[in-house]
Amino acid sequence: MDPGFLFVQFLNGLATASFLFMASAGLTIVFGVTRIVNFAHGSFYMLGAYIAYTLAGVFMEVAYGAVSFWGAIFLAAAIVGLLGVLLELVVLRRIYDAPELFQLLATFAVVLIVQDLVRMTWGGEDLLGPRAPGLKSFVVVLDRRFPEYELAMIFAGPLVLGALWLLFHRTRFGVLVRAATLDREMVGALGVNQALLFTGVLFLGAFLAGLAGALQLPREPANPYMDVNIIVEAFVVTVIGGMGSVTGAFLAALLIGELQAFGILIFPKITLVLAFLVMAAVLIVRPYGLLGRPQAESHAAARAGAGLAAGTPLQRSLWMGLLAFLLLLPLFADEYSLKLAIELLIFGLFAFSLNFIMGWGGIVSFGHAAYFGLGAYGAALLVHHLAWPMEAAILSAPLVAGVAALVFGALCVRLSGVYLAMLTLAFAQIVYAIAFQWVELTGGDNGLIGIWPSSWASSRTVYYYLTLAVTLAGIGLLWRFLYAPFGYSSRAVRDSAIRADAIGIDPRYQRWLAFTVSGIAAGLGGGLYVFSKGNIDPEVLAIPTSVDALTMVLLGGVETVTGPLAGAALLTLLKDFVMPLTLYWKMVMGGLILAMVLAFPKGLVGILGDRLPGLQAAPTGRERPA
Amino acid sequence: MTKRRGLLPAVAGLAIAGMTASVPGETAETIRIGELNSYNRFPAFTEPYKKGWQLGFEEINAAGGVLGKQIEVISRDDGGTTGDAVRVAEELVVREKVAFIFGTFLSNIGLAVADFANQRKVLFIASEPLTDALTMAKGNRYTYRLRPNTYMQTGMLVDEAKDLGKTRWAIVAPNYEYGQSAAANFKRLAAEKIPGVEIVIEQFPALGKIDAGATVAAIEQANPDAIFSALFGGDLAKFVREGTTRGLFEGRTVLSLLTGEPEWLDPLKDEAPVGWIVTGYPWEQIDTPEHEAFVAAYRAAYDDYPRLGSILGYTLAYTIKAMLEKAGSTDTEAMLAAMEGLRIESSPAGPFYIRDLDNQATMGAWVGKLAVEGGRGKMVDWRYVDGEPYMFPAEEVRRVRPDLQN
Repeated sequence: MDPGFLFVQFLNGLATASFLFMASAGLTIVFGVTRIVNFAHGSFYMLGAYIAYTLAGVFMEVAYGAVSFWGAIFLAAAIVGLLGVLLELVVLRRIYDAPELFQLLATFAVVLIVQDLVRMTWGGEDLLGPRAPGLKSFVVVLDRRFPEYELAMIFAGPLVLGALWLLFHRTRFGVLVRAATLDREMVGALGVNQALLFTGVLFLGAFLAGLAGALQLPREPANPYMDVNIIVEAFVVTVIGGMGSVTGAFLAALLIGELQAFGILIFPKITLVLAFLVMAAVLIVRPYGLLGRPQAESHAAARAGAGLAAGTPLQRSLWMGLLAFLLLLPLFADEYSLKLAIELLIFGLFAFSLNFIMGWGGIVSFGHAAYFGLGAYGAALLVHHLAWPMEAAILSAPLVAGVAALVFGALCVRLSGVYLAMLTLAFAQIVYAIAFQWVELTGGDNGLIGIWPSSWASSRTVYYYLTLAVTLAGIGLLWRFLYAPFGYSSRAVRDSAIRADAIGIDPRYQRWLAFTVSGIAAGLGGGLYVFSKGNIDPEVLAIPTSVDALTMVLLGGVETVTGPLAGAALLTLLKDFVMPLTLYWKMVMGGLILAMVLAFPKGLVGILGDRLPGLQAAPTGRERPA
Repeated sequence: MTKRRGLLPAVAGLAIAGMTASVPGETAETIRIGELNSYNRFPAFTEPYKKGWQLGFEEINAAGGVLGKQIEVISRDDGGTTGDAVRVAEELVVREKVAFIFGTFLSNIGLAVADFANQRKVLFIASEPLTDALTMAKGNRYTYRLRPNTYMQTGMLVDEAKDLGKTRWAIVAPNYEYGQSAAANFKRLAAEKIPGVEIVIEQFPALGKIDAGATVAAIEQANPDAIFSALFGGDLAKFVREGTTRGLFEGRTVLSLLTGEPEWLDPLKDEAPVGWIVTGYPWEQIDTPEHEAFVAAYRAAYDDYPRLGSILGYTLAYTIKAMLEKAGSTDTEAMLAAMEGLRIESSPAGPFYIRDLDNQATMGAWVGKLAVEGGRGKMVDWRYVDGEPYMFPAEEVRRVRPDLQN
């Protein structure tokens, strides 16, 4: 290939890398200091673009020129920065003490709210902003045209990197940020005002997100999908670079930008999955990313999580009542209620399987959809291609998911914390891409249709009882595991891997087993799901499915047994109730989730357990590994 | 819109369910129809579409309704995913007891709801999905579609280009079913109609994530004479800006699906790519009396101009009216019989009928070139192309449609 083209393609890669870096820098800084997985980063990015669009329109109407344009860009970034402060003051500050990752739920609620707010404010149509005055044309590089704006942006990325370096090494604020990234508790112990530090960091993170979004304006219209499109890539860049490492993010962006620019020449469809392939590869070789370090261990000798006590009489009678209700439901519910109940049971099993590793094993999965979806796809493919009967297909679903969990789990459990979570996400996205791309086998994004139950189970009532029996068996089995020595071992590993190791539990092996069991259970749910819907498409493997599961678990309460079930019921019923009420149902959902986050920072069941000691299975002493 | 119950209230209110009318879709005064679409997820297209059908049904009701009854549409958001959409469709059929359903935007959702309709034996009129599969390999007797599918629209564009003497073609399309099938249709039709055609490069960026600079440079390097594009929305705007700055379109013919539709053309403002051959909707220039009346009514109702979705929704309302009048009742079999070969003699889009073989309407599309005038893009040298000659050949339909297999 001729060198001129290769060089221009290299420049294209640099420009992409620059944008990716700017979109990710804020995320990595915020995570480094606050340990918050900030989904709302994408929303800040999108708001940056929209606000810059409006400001640029006004300013350039008054006086057309570079000053107006750049003024609009930076003012937009500053406004978004202040919105970040608002988020910190109003929401995050109240829930820093909540269980790990609970803040994620709050930022997810913010994503939903901002999506609808943007639509209400700016409408649904794409808004193409102005080009940057003075940078509208092109320069000729080796006989090829290269846009001036892209060229300028190639330098903007390193410029931001340099500015951040100066900020971190030449100001007191920066020193504190670096110190807090290394050891937040020590910084607090030394008398630094953490609240102020966090507010400042949120401003910086949101400012950078807003700036990156605003700088998109000359290349891409402001549109309502920007948040979702950028957030995952920003996470990937952050993780590849090592969370908290700005320089690492820069290197990661460079890697992805260049691989993408040249990758599309060989594989024209590669953009769908490239970033996740890179992330999986990097994490398998370097478990903390390119320049990341292991997360600082908490200074408490060992974090003792919730333990389990035997059920109380009150609990047992409640359970019997619920069971009777579920058994009698078809007598008085209409077909739609049964459909809803089927969905609720399936999601209950799905959420329960996630919490099996998350709450009781310390393994957070951002990609649990993979196992649910693989179960569903496994069953659907067996029916579609091999004409298997429903019964055999549903029984195979957990096997398919289990094998995948066994393989992916082996790689995932070597990692910990957010890195582990992101590797599960990478595997889920790779599975998603395969389902999406392998059209001959899976039907591509159109999916497969006509996956209905066998004739004996085609009545809604029969399928309901089938679902009830299978999900209760699945949940019951997991429940049994929690109370068996297996569950004790899992909790021991969760609370202190070192001590567990010392008493003869192999932490990795234990986590691997738990991960696989959880995958099997999720797959079982997936198998039931596909026959209740009649169709399947890659959406079931996509990030929103994983996020739904996380939401259910966090809403219900991580450190509870029944929380995920309550969360699943709550989310499903809430969605069913809110969706028909208003076009802006996402905002209502987001608002309600946010309200619950603030009101119940331990989750719904967690709070109930505190108030009504008879109701919750974990009120008694904690199991201390000493 | 608010008559619905959650699981628990439903349990408490079982008595009410027993009292609901036993004839689905009909009460003494109204005919109830269900509608679902991705209003929250794809507002750019679905909002004008909703205004279109609302206007149509308002007019119909004001003129006395259909079969002496008023039409009541129960409209829902389909959640933007197949899982939610099938549940919402179920809710419309079971709880709201609608006579039939229409709507959906994305192809996968359209197919899932079509399969649901097939399973539940309910009539379903798909409004916006373009996928060929809906009326071909995954078609069923309960599912109909008005809008010209990807194959038909691609055929119209290829016809415009076949005599231009361009043989080296590049393809750029979003990486999902619509883009992939547009590319496959283009390859098939170009091979049939353009002598000596050669595809020199194909690019399939992920939807909404085009790396425009790299994509444009890659296409330029392959040095095609012409480009076929199925991009839309944000991807289209990025591609147009990068391509224009880098001179990709200079001296090259570009065929682009849907780019002339106001939904995608208007956001480009004065940067609309001049000279592209597109399918679209030049609403401000169509001067048939039916269309002018439609635009006037639409403007009066909403103080806004119609998009492609608007005319589609509006035409759909009148198609439903014609179907109900022909059927004489909301019995599903009667409605299916009425849909077969249903003729609409006058609509803002002109006359069309529904081919009974594949349940696809012969409604066509406007094909023309893009120009920029007064700071905005518009279509010039356009003409309305009837869909009938561009439909799938009958023998192919018989071969692939599952319900036509013996």
